[in-house]
Amino acid sequence: MATLTATRPEVRPTAGRDALVARSVTKTFKSSREGVRRAVDAVSLRVVRGEIYGLLGANGSGKSTLIRMFSTLLTPDAGDVRVFGLDMRRDEDAVKRLINRVSVEASFFKKLSAMENLVYAGRLYGVAPEESRAKAMEILRRLGVDVARVNEPLEQLSRGMQQKVAIARAFLTAPTLLLLDEPTTGLDIRSKREVQTFVRDLRDEHDATILLTTHDLDEAERLSDRIGILHDGRLVAEGTADELRARHGATALEDVFMSVTGRRLDEADAAAEEKAK
Amino acid sequence: MMTAMGGQLGLAYAFVEREIALSKRYWAWELVWLVYGIVTSLSVAYIGLALSEISGVAVDDATVSRTVLYLLVGTIAWRFLGIIFENIGEVIAWERWEGTIEYTFMSPVPRFTHLIGMCGATLVRATAFSIAILAAVTLFVPVDLSNANVLSALVLLAVGALAFVGLGIASASFPLLWTEKGLQMAYIVQAVVLLVSGVYYPTDVLPAWMQVLSTISPATYVIEGMRMALLDGADLLTLWPNVWPALVVGVLSVPLGLRLFVAVERYAKRTGRLKRSG
Repeated sequence: MATLTATRPEVRPTAGRDALVARSVTKTFKSSREGVRRAVDAVSLRVVRGEIYGLLGANGSGKSTLIRMFSTLLTPDAGDVRVFGLDMRRDEDAVKRLINRVSVEASFFKKLSAMENLVYAGRLYGVAPEESRAKAMEILRRLGVDVARVNEPLEQLSRGMQQKVAIARAFLTAPTLLLLDEPTTGLDIRSKREVQTFVRDLRDEHDATILLTTHDLDEAERLSDRIGILHDGRLVAEGTADELRARHGATALEDVFMSVTGRRLDEADAAAEEKAK
Repeated sequence: MMTAMGGQLGLAYAFVEREIALSKRYWAWELVWLVYGIVTSLSVAYIGLALSEISGVAVDDATVSRTVLYLLVGTIAWRFLGIIFENIGEVIAWERWEGTIEYTFMSPVPRFTHLIGMCGATLVRATAFSIAILAAVTLFVPVDLSNANVLSALVLLAVGALAFVGLGIASASFPLLWTEKGLQMAYIVQAVVLLVSGVYYPTDVLPAWMQVLSTISPATYVIEGMRMALLDGADLLTLWPNVWPALVVGVLSVPLGLRLFVAVERYAKRTGRLKRSG
């Protein structure tokens, strides 16, 4: 398999095993409709270098809010977040150079082509256009994207292809910490498997640490070294899939979820959707 | 120091390149705005050409020619300044509409560099549009620039651009404060500035309270000064009373606009407003 190389940003993360440390992170939103809602409630978690940490939870459990705080897009009300020893508030610019994020919806300039979007993204992270083009082609090939279509406007590509381009964009900048917010939601089975394989290969080949949110039990178990279960904004369980099963006397991760949240995952998703209406 | 500055310029250029690429992809809309700009300017110029018929009094050719240029200076200068104000004011709204706001704001680009890049792209667009409109209008309407001091007019336009960059940056923060209505508020501000700045008429025809507003609009000084330069050939020394107020607005509004934008961005991050949907 070809090795992906890119210019790493000139930021020196501090030594140590911790890639991400969150301590008692809390976020509350106020709205006229819902009043005060605590989206994330005193969550503490630690992701070590080279680990894939899966954050499992139903819709509305606080996964995306947590990821947005880890992406510097949202400021916690309380608690602190450190990325490779850097304080997210005090060293925000340095942290930004170390992270990248793939969100549930591919966010692109849809009239621009995949390559134009990727070169633009590369420029924002200080990657020269020539380097971006070469590396993008390599990543897109590995993700199973038809590279003959890289110059077509993104709006003409399927949702699956757009999401793969989003993943290519994140890896293009060689992030040390990659935040994947439900990266396979809405993808067909084949695309989902290709993305999952790519994520695992990258972790195996490179010094990347990945925080993945999902509400897909199979994906959480397939990809994650450790899994945290988020429910109503609180981290209610954490461990490897085997540890979680053993701790709760369960044979499947679904049973663990049921045990710690009192609901099946699909029921929790349905309840969240109903509440959102 | 130079390397760091070069790096920041490279980052800023990313936004210029992106905006040019987007203009190419949205070429049909660009054509619409260009045709709209030409038609608007021509329509205003024809009002000048019809001065005798409108007033019911015979007017000599020199007066008609002066009136046409008077109106054209207003309409084209306003088009230039308006594009700057609109495009910079739409920095947030546009990214939100495209769905890219989160990606742009989590990238390691200092906000100052981001906004400088957007200002660069806007100046390219405003200049290209204004030149194209002026060229098109001269095909239909005789424009007498025999007395014009073009250099003075360009200096005034540059000072006006600086002022409108600052005001645009400040108004760009509105959609972060009021996700639904922020952009509409920016457009209202622009409309009021158009009314009070003497774009098509001298400001002394306005009611007294509007004349007060006209004194705080940089466009008032820029457009009046450009008229003096292009109609009467006024030099920069003569125009200094028009240059310095606009310059003061620019020198103050750019850093204040940036500070406001950064403060509002922090507020948006605290309240969850920095997201793709409002």
